Amino acid sequence: MSVKIREYRGTPYSRKDLEEGRVPAFRDKPRARYAWACGPAMGRFLAELKEGRIIGRRCRRCGRVLVPPRMFCEWCFRPTDEWVYIRDTGTVLTFSASYLGPAAERLKEPIIIAVIQLDGASPGIGILHKLGEVKQEEVHVGMRVKAVWKPPEEREGAITDILYFKPIREGQGGGE
Amino acid sequence: MASVKRRVAVIGAGITLFRRRMRETGRELSFYAAKMALETAGITIRDVDAVVCGSAPDAFDGVHMKGEYLLDGMGGHNKPYVRVYVGGGTGVFTPIAAWWHVASGHFDVVLAIAEEKMSSCHPHPQKAFTTIFDPIYTRPLGPNLVWIFALEMQRYMSVHGVKKEQIALISVKNKRNALDHPCAQLPAKITVQDVLNSEVMVWPVQRLDISPPSDGAAAVVLAAEHIAKRLTDDPVWIEGVGWCLDSTYWTNRDLYYPKYVEYAARMAYKMAGIKNPPKEIDVAEPYDPFDYKEAHHAEGLMLARKGEYLKGIKDEDDIFARYGRDGDLPICPSGGLLGVGNPIAAAGLMKVCEIFWQLRGEAGKRQVKNDPRTGVAQAWGDLMQVGTVIVMRA
Amino acid sequence: MERRVAIVGVGYSGFAPQTADVSYKELMFEAATRAYEDAGIDPRRDVNSFITCAEDYWEGFSIFDEFVPDQLGAVLKPTCTVSADGLYGLVNAVMQIQSGLFDVVVVEAHSKASDILTYDDLLRFAMDPIYTRPLGWHAYALAGLEMARYLYDTGALEEHCAMVVEKNKANALLNPLASYGAKVSMDDVMASRPLFSPLKELDVAPLADGCVVMVLAAEEVARRLTDMPIWVLGMGWASESISPEIRDWCRAIYAELASQMAYDMAGITSPAKEVDLLEVDDRFSYKELQHVEALGICAYGEACRLLEEGIFDRDGDLPVNPSGGSLGVGNLLEASGLFRALEVVLQLRGEAGRHQVPDAEVGLAQCWRGLPTASGAVIILGVEREVGA
Repeated sequence: MSVKIREYRGTPYSRKDLEEGRVPAFRDKPRARYAWACGPAMGRFLAELKEGRIIGRRCRRCGRVLVPPRMFCEWCFRPTDEWVYIRDTGTVLTFSASYLGPAAERLKEPIIIAVIQLDGASPGIGILHKLGEVKQEEVHVGMRVKAVWKPPEEREGAITDILYFKPIREGQGGGE
Repeated sequence: MASVKRRVAVIGAGITLFRRRMRETGRELSFYAAKMALETAGITIRDVDAVVCGSAPDAFDGVHMKGEYLLDGMGGHNKPYVRVYVGGGTGVFTPIAAWWHVASGHFDVVLAIAEEKMSSCHPHPQKAFTTIFDPIYTRPLGPNLVWIFALEMQRYMSVHGVKKEQIALISVKNKRNALDHPCAQLPAKITVQDVLNSEVMVWPVQRLDISPPSDGAAAVVLAAEHIAKRLTDDPVWIEGVGWCLDSTYWTNRDLYYPKYVEYAARMAYKMAGIKNPPKEIDVAEPYDPFDYKEAHHAEGLMLARKGEYLKGIKDEDDIFARYGRDGDLPICPSGGLLGVGNPIAAAGLMKVCEIFWQLRGEAGKRQVKNDPRTGVAQAWGDLMQVGTVIVMRA
Repeated sequence: MERRVAIVGVGYSGFAPQTADVSYKELMFEAATRAYEDAGIDPRRDVNSFITCAEDYWEGFSIFDEFVPDQLGAVLKPTCTVSADGLYGLVNAVMQIQSGLFDVVVVEAHSKASDILTYDDLLRFAMDPIYTRPLGWHAYALAGLEMARYLYDTGALEEHCAMVVEKNKANALLNPLASYGAKVSMDDVMASRPLFSPLKELDVAPLADGCVVMVLAAEEVARRLTDMPIWVLGMGWASESISPEIRDWCRAIYAELASQMAYDMAGITSPAKEVDLLEVDDRFSYKELQHVEALGICAYGEACRLLEEGIFDRDGDLPVNPSGGSLGVGNLLEASGLFRALEVVLQLRGEAGRHQVPDAEVGLAQCWRGLPTASGAVIILGVEREVGA
């Protein structure tokens, strides 16, 4: 390749070239708006969040309790069988501290995120959420955490009805 | 299952520069890559029977159904043309789809092109990535794409006890390899200390652990055996293809090991008759959008045991001795995504082009010294879900 | 020898103007479950590869294949997206099988149009950002322009297009899957609100939701699974540039090329005689006439005359869109073509109930990818014929 080709095409430009008008450009903004039907599984999950509860589904064949709940088990390929309430305490499976916002903007204070295996769900079945009331250095795999909920009147039926999960400190008990 | 119907070879490859922003439109970038591939194959667009396009999220280029928009530049006008898509895995999947166009007997010459123009997306292409997340479970949390890599990297490091200092050596190796790639966006001679001193993005991921967003296009020409033998003395045969997609519920999976890459690799190795990958594969281009991914994927490709890719590797000499161009098993001699750039779909195809040139002995300063006969290129994508693998032999 | 491929199972769900009670996950799970039941297979054990046909912006998320494997039974299996209509999924599934790589491949496509709030903006977003979008027109302008030129070149009249609407909506009344069956007269269509003349409101197919899943198998496997395999006799696809600046405003060249490829493969030389029914895209009424001509059924300008004579009626010599077409069933976005193929399968199996075309043995399904594209695919399906029949 490199031995046979003389020229590789492409004309780079810089952000300044664009800002200072040296590169012609056309601007447009898509209006792409959706109202996704939640269906029975996600719908019930969100409705329960509004009530301050987390719900999952069990597949009797493989025995797994699944969160987020789904009407079908993807391993067995059959409908799941029953609703199961999950506790709002759990264990950190993995975590990270983000200094980036959604548009790659820098954040002064990091957002601490984690995949949390909830008590009552099957091993390895976790959800993604934030951690709060904790310093980055304190977080470790295996840390026990509990959900901090928005006050009932502020809940909307969204994953953000849980503000974050906080560590369960010594003497605070492991959950209800 | 029946045995594979027809042998298919790669007979030409082309690639544009990879840069953060380029003036050319997506169509023009595609055209440059396609033209180069056709010229090196010694044919024109008239000889091409069908075109397969690969491009990742439409949100980057800013055109819905962008496959249709791009086809002008891809040579798809008045031809059978289709776009395939598996997120970041697309770059290696596009030639796989082109492979079945030829192997099935329906077409003799097929052009596979991948293009990406991330610079169109303002203020930053990262914002478009938020749309890959589930709108109910994940988006309300305000995620950034790097979150999932950080969680995965954390898991890999914690399960296997691999240190950042070791992982950073991969970034050092690839960016240095990229100094010899004419299209490279971020070639550099850096040290492990540079990586560890770089800005923390989403811990443990730091700036120099990551590949940049880019514009670029790459293309390969595939031909059936009888045509390949007529057109060139040096066809590079596609001996194995594999791909695999894991569950969307990534929080219900252990991220330390890419099972889906292993399954894809098994499918491709079985087809190619490879039983002992580290011995039978001479050169490999696993997908490296982040440095730890090279290790993660190389283990998925069964080139090293789980957790052992970086075993015993303490410094630059170690990593170049094992995985450098003169090393025991050259990995990412091109400079990978870390060094050459990451225009999502085109990046994977860049790796396929690299294996093509390596197996032909045409890689110039990047040529690996072990006279490679068998090479593997792999790409990855979605929510840590898809592995696409291609095995090529000279 | 070419490895023959057959459709051995079909499943579908939704098929309503909106399906707000389920998410796309449940919609797909139901259609897939039905298809696997029809084929008598277990996807976790028997299916080698899965293809979904989707476009990010119809769904509202990027990289839609992320979200499909679970409800199709495709977890940890080869799965990919073809960014095109469901018929493109079928042709790629056939190639996957004929390459020798797989024996059983599943194809899925769906429309959850009811989740989309800004459909018109999305159509606009598909147009060329430099040359076309700045004009500020609704995408239907392109359809109006094409319809005007088509009528001018062929001598067909707006009334003929209105006749297509009347026929298809009437057919739809007999099709339980159709959302928009109605007794609509030509005068109703001619009097409907003008959009981009000569295009009028009733010339345009309204949106609907629905999911179709099909199971394809290589010959040896197909014969084991079913007594009634529906063979893929021929297939083709082709694209033209989306640029309005260089297209032919009268002929659907993509359909000419695609059908020629399919006929060559099927060994069909006189399609009008050798095909028993046609399911073609009629998202805009004039497209049905244009596509029938592009498929070589008759010369350009002749379709309107054949329509007048009742040849294309449900009980005519060559039924076109006995399902009701998109005008009657609804515009199913990327599932439109797969729905056409579904109709042909049901017809060939004799399972089309009240809208059954008698003695159907060979059927053709064609799709167009909709505005602003000029791309489409064709598939020709047939039942086993006894030698000499």
